[in-house]
Amino acid sequence: MAVKQLSVFIENKKGQMAEAVKKIADSKINIRAMSVADSRDFGILRLIVTDTEKAKELLSEDTLVKVSDVVAVKMEDIEGSLYGILKVLEDASVNVEYSYSFTAGKTPAPYVVFRVDDVAAAEKLLTDKGFCLISESEI
Amino acid sequence: MKGVQNNMGNYYQPEIETASREEILRIQNEKIVKQVKHVYENVEYYRNLMDQKGVKPEDIKTVDDIKKLPFLTKADLRDAYPYGLLGTDLKNCVRIQSTSGTTGKRVVAFYTQADVDLWEECCARAIVAAGGTNEDVVQVAYGYGLFTGGPGLNGGSHKVGCLTLPMSSGNTERQIQFIQDLSATILCCTPSYAAFIGETMAEKGIKPEENTLKAGIFGAEPWTEEMRQSIQKSLGIKAYDIYGLTETSGPGVSFECEEQTGMHINEDHFYAEIIDPETGEVLPEGTMGELVFTALDKEAFPLLRYRTRDLCILTRKKCSCGRTHVKMCKPMGRSDDMLIIRGVNVFPSQVETVLLNEGYTPNYQILVDRKNNTDTMDINVELTPEQFSDRVGDVEAMEKALEGAMRTMLGIGPKIHLLPPKSVVRSEGKAVRVIDNRKLH
Ligand SMILES: [Zn+2]
Repeated sequence: MAVKQLSVFIENKKGQMAEAVKKIADSKINIRAMSVADSRDFGILRLIVTDTEKAKELLSEDTLVKVSDVVAVKMEDIEGSLYGILKVLEDASVNVEYSYSFTAGKTPAPYVVFRVDDVAAAEKLLTDKGFCLISESEI
Repeated sequence: MKGVQNNMGNYYQPEIETASREEILRIQNEKIVKQVKHVYENVEYYRNLMDQKGVKPEDIKTVDDIKKLPFLTKADLRDAYPYGLLGTDLKNCVRIQSTSGTTGKRVVAFYTQADVDLWEECCARAIVAAGGTNEDVVQVAYGYGLFTGGPGLNGGSHKVGCLTLPMSSGNTERQIQFIQDLSATILCCTPSYAAFIGETMAEKGIKPEENTLKAGIFGAEPWTEEMRQSIQKSLGIKAYDIYGLTETSGPGVSFECEEQTGMHINEDHFYAEIIDPETGEVLPEGTMGELVFTALDKEAFPLLRYRTRDLCILTRKKCSCGRTHVKMCKPMGRSDDMLIIRGVNVFPSQVETVLLNEGYTPNYQILVDRKNNTDTMDINVELTPEQFSDRVGDVEAMEKALEGAMRTMLGIGPKIHLLPPKSVVRSEGKAVRVIDNRKLH
């Protein structure tokens, strides 16, 4: 069920991020979701793409790349739905390290990506509670 | 003979190798007074240096007074080439040895028979410390000739009474054949050649346990602990480090014992000091600085306070082998590489040590600059993909931890920048370790 996420180390230099994104685009890999976390010195670009292995290989030529499992949950367009997810995880002591949202395909409802310390537990908890998780093949 | 280990308590000259600190000092004090007189009377070059400094032989009463003496450097050896530092008539000399290097950089050292004996005894101590007895077969695969490696270990091996195979270096096929046919038990050569012999044996399908070697005495070039482990594995031996310079006689100035935690300096012949390479001030035990040797009883080439340019730490911590002589660590770099940042002496080798201790690759680059009249130090360090984390906080924490470790070692706090592999600028395949931009201002 888990979705593969690429984390790409971006040096604090002009054009580094554009370069990474261009490299993926040039090889006809689609970027489904993206988020950037940065510090004073460097940034980490997080990507969910259609061909993780290929993108990793390409980007590893220039920089550090890591593949991690993340959980992508479909959001109901109702108030408090994000809280609902977080509550389930928190009650089970699953730690959310970071998250970001994206929309996939033609569905207007966004998906939220959670990077958690226990992917398997998060998946089971959320599925049991009736949340709709997106799988790798649906990316 | 395979598997016979050195029993603790094996010494070539037990009375001196395990002498009390007081006894060693007594011997050193007695020798230095005589030696300074000998040099002052016989070596005009050094007499002039002493006169310039206003030091008389009478001023040197104990080894503590050695710090009053002038230093000798490689430049002095060049100036005095070839006979300027000779301490006795040529008719009393029986041998020269020399370093490689082009004219002007080459060192030619002279030996009387007593000097050769002293040197070979030092090598004999090293061989016995590595488990050697008169039942051993010592294969000397250091170069013979002008280079000190071959003759030194050859002589030491004779003194111990080992069967000596004077192979010299090269012809690896023949080396392996002799190891096998004559059941060599101790191999003496450079560590890189030992590694090569190990690889070649493996290619030939000879397993480490199938050769008769039990120990190796390796020196004459820098090598790492990792290299030791790999040689020990590939040859199935215990690998001992040995140190020396042509200027001081050759290998055997110091050697490793069973503990493999540093090399015992033959203090009855060589007095060691650690100095600040910038000020020349003698530094306390346990501090890193430049290693300086005073030959206490050499006759023909009696160098006093010779600056080796090797960076080193001395320790008098009790050694389990029972030897009482001071230990030096493996040289950690060259004093020529020293940087002075905010008044603090910083050596690239210290940075490298911290990186290896903290689990990083030794791929780094030090950037020194001056901003608002203050020196800045930045260190770019390459991260491996395994070390990289997708959490910003993890990477920041790694930087902070490394900054802390650097501050502890260097005495000043650099800014660490973790970077992807291959980020460190290389020129002709060799990494440029230091970029000092202060010179541009
Ligand atoms: Zn020892």
